[in-house]
Amino acid sequence: MTTVFRPYEESEALRSDRSAGDRQRHREKLRRSLRENIADIIAEESIIGRDGDKIVKVPIRGIKEYRFVYGDNGGGVGTGDGDTKPGQIVGQTGDGEPQPGQGRAGSEAGVDYYETEISIDELIEIMFEDLELPDMERKVLREVMSDSTFKRRGYRKRGPRVHLDRKRTAKARIRRMIASDTAAANFGENRTNEPENPDERFPYRREDLTYKRVVTDVREESNAVVICIMDTSGSMDRMKKYLARSFFFLLYQFVLTRYQNVELVFIGHHTEAKEVSEEDFFHKGESGGTMISSGYKKALEIIETRFHPELWNIYAFHCSDGDNFDSDNEATIQSARQLCEACNLFGYGEIKPLGSHYYESSMLERFRAIDAKNFHTVLIERREDVYPSFRQVLSRERAEAG
Amino acid sequence: MTAWTLDELARWDDKIQEKVQEFGLDCYPQEFEVCDQNAMLGYMAYHGMPSHYPHWSFGKAFEKTKTMYDHGVSGLPYEMVINSDPCLAYLMRDNSICLQILTIAHVYGHNDFFKKNFNFAAGTRASETVATFKARADRVRRYQEDPSIGAVTVEDWLDSCHALSFSRSKNPSVPRLSQADQMRRALDAQDGPQDFFPLLTRKKEQVQRDLSRVPIEPDEDLLLFVRDHRRDLADWQRDLLTIVDDESRYFIPQIETKIMNEGWASFWHHKIMNSLDLPQDIYLEFLVRHNQVVCPHPRSINPYHLGFVLWHEIEKKFGGANTPEGRRKMFEVRESDRDTSFLRRFLDPETMRAVDMFSYAQRGEHYVVDEVAEEGWEDIKAKLLRQTGTASMPVIKIHDADYGGARGLYLVHEHDGRDLEVTHAEKTLGHLRHLWGGKVWLRCSLRGKPTLLCSGPDGFDAKLIN
Repeated sequence: MTTVFRPYEESEALRSDRSAGDRQRHREKLRRSLRENIADIIAEESIIGRDGDKIVKVPIRGIKEYRFVYGDNGGGVGTGDGDTKPGQIVGQTGDGEPQPGQGRAGSEAGVDYYETEISIDELIEIMFEDLELPDMERKVLREVMSDSTFKRRGYRKRGPRVHLDRKRTAKARIRRMIASDTAAANFGENRTNEPENPDERFPYRREDLTYKRVVTDVREESNAVVICIMDTSGSMDRMKKYLARSFFFLLYQFVLTRYQNVELVFIGHHTEAKEVSEEDFFHKGESGGTMISSGYKKALEIIETRFHPELWNIYAFHCSDGDNFDSDNEATIQSARQLCEACNLFGYGEIKPLGSHYYESSMLERFRAIDAKNFHTVLIERREDVYPSFRQVLSRERAEAG
Repeated sequence: MTAWTLDELARWDDKIQEKVQEFGLDCYPQEFEVCDQNAMLGYMAYHGMPSHYPHWSFGKAFEKTKTMYDHGVSGLPYEMVINSDPCLAYLMRDNSICLQILTIAHVYGHNDFFKKNFNFAAGTRASETVATFKARADRVRRYQEDPSIGAVTVEDWLDSCHALSFSRSKNPSVPRLSQADQMRRALDAQDGPQDFFPLLTRKKEQVQRDLSRVPIEPDEDLLLFVRDHRRDLADWQRDLLTIVDDESRYFIPQIETKIMNEGWASFWHHKIMNSLDLPQDIYLEFLVRHNQVVCPHPRSINPYHLGFVLWHEIEKKFGGANTPEGRRKMFEVRESDRDTSFLRRFLDPETMRAVDMFSYAQRGEHYVVDEVAEEGWEDIKAKLLRQTGTASMPVIKIHDADYGGARGLYLVHEHDGRDLEVTHAEKTLGHLRHLWGGKVWLRCSLRGKPTLLCSGPDGFDAKLIN
C-alpha cells in the first residue's frame, strides 16, 4: 500500500478559484437583501457629508437556508473545567453562538447577521436605485463640475513640468549664450558670435528653466452653505428620517456640483432649535411638541453670524411631518419670509406617509401665504416621491443655471 | 517556500504506516494533496469534494469558514479528509512539519473508520465517491447551461431541494420501499403468519387496509416521494431531486458518527505520535497542538474531546490500556455503533463527572447552568442524545398524497417533546409546495396544541385542530 503525495502546483492554484462563481452569486443575493434594508441603513449612517471611499459596516441579515428545525434552542450541553455549579452563568446570548458540531444541518434557528463592508459610494448607488433616479441624473449628481479656479501669479525657478514656460526658458538660454560669447571676447579669446563648429551645441541648463507660478483662486462667489433643518420631534420615525436624509443628500450633492466650497449646517428642532452634528441630527429622537419657527430663527441666526448672504449662496431646506403648534404658525410664516430673503433657495418638504395628510395637520396650506419666487414646498408620501419633488424644487434653480 | 519537503513527508508517512499496521487499523489506500489556504477553504466549502455542483450556498459556506478561520477558531487547522477509496485528504502547504505529521496520523484514523464503520459501509460506496460527485456536477452544469432550463430555474429548484435534503430516512441500511413493495408488505401483514392449526385457533379478525392509499406506509423520504409521485416533473427536476437526496445519504454517516469518528482519529494520532520517536521540538509542538484539538469547549460538546475521552474509557473498562482485550472491544465498537448508541452505551456517570458535563438553558440574556453531572446526569445525557447526530433533526413523514381529494400533501411531524420552529417550517413548507406543485399540510404540535400548518397558493396558514 503506497501513499500518493500530490505536490502543490502554484500555477494550478492560481488558475483555479472554484468557489468564485458561487461566492459571486451569494454576494449578489446579499446585495439584494441589502437593498431591502436600505431605508434603515441610510437612516442610520451619516452619509451626507462623507467621502465616497469611506467604508462603513452595516449589519444585514444573511441569506437564510430554511429547513425543518426545532424551535427550542435556548440551551444545550457543555463541558466545564471541573467545578461547574448549577446557576452559574456560562455565557451571554449573542456572543459567538456555540458551534453545534453536528455537520452541516445545523439545528439552530438563530438568525445570522453578516457585517458587510460597503463603501459610501456603493450605498449611495443603491439609494439612487431605490429612489429610482434616472441614469443621467445620477451621473450629474456624482460628478463635481470644477470651475477653473487657478490663476497665474508670476514665475518661479522650480515647479512641475506641466507648468514649464517654454518661451521664457528659451529666452533665458539665448541670454546666457550671448553672455558667454561676450565673456569670451572680454578674456581675449578668439571667439565670435559664430561658433567655430556649427554643430557644437549650447545646451539648456537647469537655471534656464522657468515655471509659471500657479495659485489656487479662492472665489468668494463659489461658497455655498446647505442648511438642513429637520423636525426631530418624536413623531419623525425611521422611514421619515430616511426620506429626509435622502432629500438632504440629493440637495447637498446638487449644490456640490455647482460650488467649490460647500458647507453643511444641521439644525434640529422640536420646540427649541439646536445646531448639531450629522450623527446627532439623524439619531437623536426627541419627544415633545414642535415649533417650526424656532428652527427658522436658529437658521437666521447662523446666517447672520457665519454666512453673510453677500458672500455665500445659501440653500436652506426644512423637512418636517407638518405638525406645528397653532400658536406658532404666525411666527413661522414671518421667519420663513425672512429666510427667503436671505437664501438663494428655501424649501419645505412635508413628509407624510401615504394618505395621512388628509387628517393630520399640515403646514403646506399655511405656506401658501408666502409668494417669494425662491420658496418651494413639496409633499413626500413615499420614497418614489423623493426624486420628483427634488426636481420640482430645483427646476427654477436649474433653469437659471442653464 | 515550505519548511518541509515531500520526501520528508513520505518518510514520515512510511513510519506512520508501519504503526498503523502494527495497531491493526484497516485502511483504504491513502492520497494526500498539498494545497494552499484558498484551495483548502474551497474544498471545505464543497465538503472536500474535488468536484461538486455549483450553488450559492457553497459560496456562503466559503465566506463563513473563511471568517471562522480568520478569527482563529480552534480545532485541527485545515484538516479535511473525505470518505472515498482511495481515501483523499488535503495538507495545508503553510503548516509546519509537526502539523503535517499530526494530520497524516489523524487522517489514517478517519480512513480506517470510513472503511470499517457500518454507517459508511451501508450508506456509501467509497470507491465511487469522487466519480459520482463529478458526474452529478457535470449533470447540474449541463442543466444550467441548457437554454431551455437556465441557471436561475435550476437554482430555484436546488434551493427547494436543499431545504428538504435531510427530511429523509436517517438509517442508510434500511432500504426504501417502492409503492409495489409497500403493497406486498401490507398484504402479507394482512394475512398474518400462516396458521398451522386452523381448527384449533380462533380466526383472527382481518383488518382490511386501504391499498389505494399513497403512501401505504408513512414515507420519510420527502424528496424521493416527490420524485416518484409527482407526474408532471421534467427529467432534470427528477434528477436534481435524486442528486440532492443522494448527497444527503452520503453525508448522513458523517453526521451520525461525528463524536466517534473524531475521537477515533484523535485516539490513534495520539498513539501513533507517541510511538514515533519524534525529535523533541516536533514532539513539544505536537503536545501543544494535540491539547488544542482535544480541549473542551465551554458551551458545546467538542467531538474531538468527548470522543477521545470515551475511547480511552472503553479501552480501560474492557481490559485496560494497551491490552489486546481493550483493543478488541474498541475495534468492535467502531464497527457497530453510531454516536447515539455509542453515547448511550459508554457515557457513564463517572465519565460525565470527570469531564464536568452540564446542561444549560437560556434565561433572559444569559446562558445559565441548570444541571451538573453530579446530580442530574440522566437528564443531561438525555439532552445530549437529543442533540446528537440526526436526533437533532425533526422526523416528518408523508401520510397522504391526496389530502382533501385534491392532491394535497399531508405530512405529520412526529413530536418528541420539541416543537418545530414556525418560521422555518413556514418557509420550508413553501419550498415543499414548490417541489410538489400543490398544497402541502403539516400536522404538528405547538405548545402542546395540535396544529395544522398549510402552505397553499394564498400563502401560509396555521390553525389549531381539535
